[in-house]
Amino acid sequence: MIVAVASGKGGTGKTTVATSLAMVLGNRAQILDCDVEEPNCHILLKPTILTTDAVNLPVPSVDLQKCTLCGKCGEVCQFSAIVPIGKTVIAFPELCHGCGACSMLCPEKAIQEVPRNLGVVETGMAGPLEFVQGRIRIGEAMAPPLIRAVKTQISGDKFAILDAPPGASCPVITTVKGSDFVIMVTEPTPFGLNDLEIAVEAIQGLGIPMGIVINRSDIGDSGVKDFCRNKGLPLLMEIPHHRRIAEGYAKGAPLIESMPEYADKFKKLTDDISMIIGIPSKGSSL
Amino acid sequence: MKIAVTSTGKTIESSIDPRFGRAPFILIVDDDCNLIEAIDNSTNVNAMRGAGIQAAKTIADRKVDLLLTGRCGPNAFTTLEAAGIKVGVEQSGTVREAVERLKRNDVPLADKPNAEAHW
Repeated sequence: MIVAVASGKGGTGKTTVATSLAMVLGNRAQILDCDVEEPNCHILLKPTILTTDAVNLPVPSVDLQKCTLCGKCGEVCQFSAIVPIGKTVIAFPELCHGCGACSMLCPEKAIQEVPRNLGVVETGMAGPLEFVQGRIRIGEAMAPPLIRAVKTQISGDKFAILDAPPGASCPVITTVKGSDFVIMVTEPTPFGLNDLEIAVEAIQGLGIPMGIVINRSDIGDSGVKDFCRNKGLPLLMEIPHHRRIAEGYAKGAPLIESMPEYADKFKKLTDDISMIIGIPSKGSSL
Repeated sequence: MKIAVTSTGKTIESSIDPRFGRAPFILIVDDDCNLIEAIDNSTNVNAMRGAGIQAAKTIADRKVDLLLTGRCGPNAFTTLEAAGIKVGVEQSGTVREAVERLKRNDVPLADKPNAEAHW
């Protein structure tokens, strides 16, 4: 079972929810930090990293000695990443999405694919919990291929918790795609609602069932709850704006450590999600 | 000489659009400012990325010798350079005015990009 934890707005508590959810499942879970631009699950979980692997994208390199300037590579590229022009062919590796069509179609075999580094995927253990994170190379804009590399670590026989980046664009969609369920974390403010509406619309397009967790639930207004009711979105959990939670967070402690009574609430959350999507949360069938 | 000018409209009295890749129109004119073609560049206006490269390819295909525009980013400049197209920058006013300035040798020719990517 794959559960993505997402939100429109940044700073709503995705990582707080994802890490506590994974911790109550322990050795039955793996957590995958897909927020590759700013992975932060490691701050709360303090994993031991056991493997670090570079993730590369294959980009074209043209041998102009072999090139006859036929133009096929430029015609097939949708991103202007390879451009036959004048008496030469220019490659723009930072625009390349790595599809490989140009090198495949080149009749002269003049195009070689060379690796362009996007970042790394790291795996390790946080106590009994399996830990995976992607870290994008500073300055790199192409997050989705790296996120896909993180997701290849999903083991299938465990409860996979994906911590998504905020927003509603390609990195979010890449993370959430293929999940069984999406937990949307929000806060009950006009800002939280505004970004929640955008993110819900984006995820609805994928046809994945969703539920809402409201963080700092005792501040703000009723707008988020009204929205959930109107949209028929189940409200799964409310986390109050509690001083002990804030103090724990400020020291880098997971929510269920600063508030142990929340462990049961998070266990119930896994049961509720399992019930909604019709997969039993206990036993080997996970 | 064939000259390409980035424009907000289809006639030589239209205002220059200072953007190269994302100008709504690119006008192709001759030395005497007779309009040869008004290229509709609208598909490029909303391109995610690579607008300058595509626009450069478009005018290179038409064997343009010189481009008059406002600003030109690094990828567009690299492409234009490869095609042997000179780039006159910092242009404003109407298309006709820019071509007249060019004839008076009053247009700075860029030897490097004068804008950041995605400006």
